[in-house]
Amino acid sequence: MPVLVIAEHDNQALKPATLNTITAALAIDAEVAVLVAGYGCGGVSQSAAVIAGVDRVLLCDHESYLHPLAENLADLIAAIAGGYTHVLAPASTFGKNVLPRLGALLDVSPISDIVAVQSPDTFVRPIYAGNAMATVKTSDQKILVTARPTAFAAASAEGGAAAVEAVEPAAEPGDRVRFVGQELTRSERPELTSARVVIAGGRGLGSSENFKLIEELADKLGAAVGASRAAVDAGYVPNDYQVGQTGKVVAPELYIAVGISGAIQHLAGMKDSKVIVAINKDEDAPIFQVADYGLVGDLFDALPKLSAALD
Amino acid sequence: MKILVPVKRVIDYNVKVRVRQDGSGVETVNVKMSMNPFDEIAVEEAIRLQEAGRAEEIVAISIGAPQCQETIRTALAMGADRGILVETEQDLEPLGVSKVLRECVDRESPDLVIMGKQAIDDDCNQTAQILAGLLDWPQGAFASTLKFSDGRVDVTREIDGGLETLSLLLPAVISADLRLNEPRYVKLPNIMKAKKKPLDTIPIEELGIDVAPRVSTIKVEEPPARSGGIMVASVEELVDKLKNDAKVI
Repeated sequence: MPVLVIAEHDNQALKPATLNTITAALAIDAEVAVLVAGYGCGGVSQSAAVIAGVDRVLLCDHESYLHPLAENLADLIAAIAGGYTHVLAPASTFGKNVLPRLGALLDVSPISDIVAVQSPDTFVRPIYAGNAMATVKTSDQKILVTARPTAFAAASAEGGAAAVEAVEPAAEPGDRVRFVGQELTRSERPELTSARVVIAGGRGLGSSENFKLIEELADKLGAAVGASRAAVDAGYVPNDYQVGQTGKVVAPELYIAVGISGAIQHLAGMKDSKVIVAINKDEDAPIFQVADYGLVGDLFDALPKLSAALD
Repeated sequence: MKILVPVKRVIDYNVKVRVRQDGSGVETVNVKMSMNPFDEIAVEEAIRLQEAGRAEEIVAISIGAPQCQETIRTALAMGADRGILVETEQDLEPLGVSKVLRECVDRESPDLVIMGKQAIDDDCNQTAQILAGLLDWPQGAFASTLKFSDGRVDVTREIDGGLETLSLLLPAVISADLRLNEPRYVKLPNIMKAKKKPLDTIPIEELGIDVAPRVSTIKVEEPPARSGGIMVASVEELVDKLKNDAKVI
C-alpha cells in the first residue's frame, strides 16, 4: 500500500515544505500519493502531479476546504486513509494542527517532527528542544507522522507525471468553525524555513526601528529575516519571525545571529544550520558556543560595516 | 462557563537536560520539576476569564505519579478552584493522555478545555488536537488571543505565515501559545490557601481506559555536537572568512 502525503498550499501554490515531506515519504515507501484538498486548487494539483516520485494525486476541490481547518481536513483524510500505510504532513503549524486530530479519528498515536526515517515503523525525533534525540518505534497498524522540513531535502518539483483523481468531500461540518480572517506577513524576502541565508535579530536590537539594520543586510544577501523570542515578545517584529523550539526551525547554509544571546529554546531552532555567525557584545553569550564565527562587539557598529563590506 | 485546564509536570525549563549513559532516556533523578510553561499560560488565561466574570469554576487536572499533586497545587495557588490527579506510574503518550482527559470531560462537562500547545519534554504538540478529535469538538490550536461572545470564542492563532482568526462554537478545546498572556507570580498567601483547596485522586485503573503505549522509545542519544568555531577580531576578517573559507557569501 502506498504512503499518503498531505499537501500544504494556499490554493495558489504548494508550500515548499510539501516537497521535503515527499522526500520523507519516499524514504518509507517507493509509492507515494499526495492529497491536495482546497478550493479552486486545480493548479496546485497539477504542480503536485509533476513532483518527482509522486505516483498519484488526489484532488478534493470543494469550498469546505477553502481554509485549511483541522476539523474538515481530518474528517476528509480519515475517510480516505484506509488505502494507505502511512499519512505524512509537514511539521508546520498546518501539519501540527491537522495530523493529531486525524490520530484521534483513526485511534493512532501520531509521531511528531521526525528528522530521520530508520525503517517504515522507526523514526528519529528531537525531544527536550533538541537536547536529546529519541529513536521511536510504533506498533500502530496505520502510521501518522509529521516531518521536519529542514531535515529532508526537497523533492524535485519536476520530472513526475502522476495522474490526478478527484475525491469526494467528507460531510460538511456546518457552523461549528467559522473562518474569520487572517493577517499574513507580506514580504519580498525568501521564506524563513527554506531560505539559503537567514539573518536573525534579538533583544540587542533594542527596537522595531533598529530591525531595519537587519533588513538592510538581509536584502544585500538575499536572506530571510528571523528573530529570537525576546525580540518577538518585545514587539520588534511579528510572531512569524520567531526561530526556536516553539517558533520555526531553520537550517540554512548561513545563519547570522545578531544581538541574540542564544537561549536553549532559540538554539533548538537553528543549530542545524551549516555555518553560524554570531555577533554579540557579551563574550559569554551561549550563542558563541554553537557559532562557527563569533564577533564580540557592538552590533550598531558591526552591522553597517558588514552591509558596507557587501556592496 | 466551566473550564478544565490540564497541566503537565515536566523538567524545569531552566534545567540543562542530561541524556542517561545507557540511552534509556534523560536523567530525572534529583532534577527540578515544574509545571510545563505553556500550561502555566493556559492556567493564567482561565483565571483571567474567571476574574472577568466569564468563568465560574476552573478545574486543574494532571495525570501521572503522586508528585503531580505539586503541579496541581501550583495551578490552585495561581487561582484554580479544585484539582484532579489521575494517578499512574506509567508514562502516557498524548493519545493515552487525551483518552483520560476525554473521560474527565465526560464526568465534569466543561464548556472549555485549555492547555499548553506543547510540553517542553516530549515536544509532541498533540494533546489538545487529539482531545478535540476524540470529543468531536472544534479546536483552536496555538492561540494568542481569545474573545468570547454568544456561546462562541474567537481564537487568533499563531500560524507560520502570521495570524489566523477562527470562530469556534463552544464547547471547544484551545491550546495556548506563548503570547496569549504572561502568567502571574504566585504569592505566598495563595500557596497556603491552595493547600486547603480540594484535590481528588483517581487511580487510572478506575477509569477503565486502554492507555497501553503504541510508540516505544528504542534509545535516546545526545544530538550531534557542533565542532568548535573561531572568534574573529573584525568585520573585515568575518567577511573574509565567509567568502574564502566557508564560501557562503
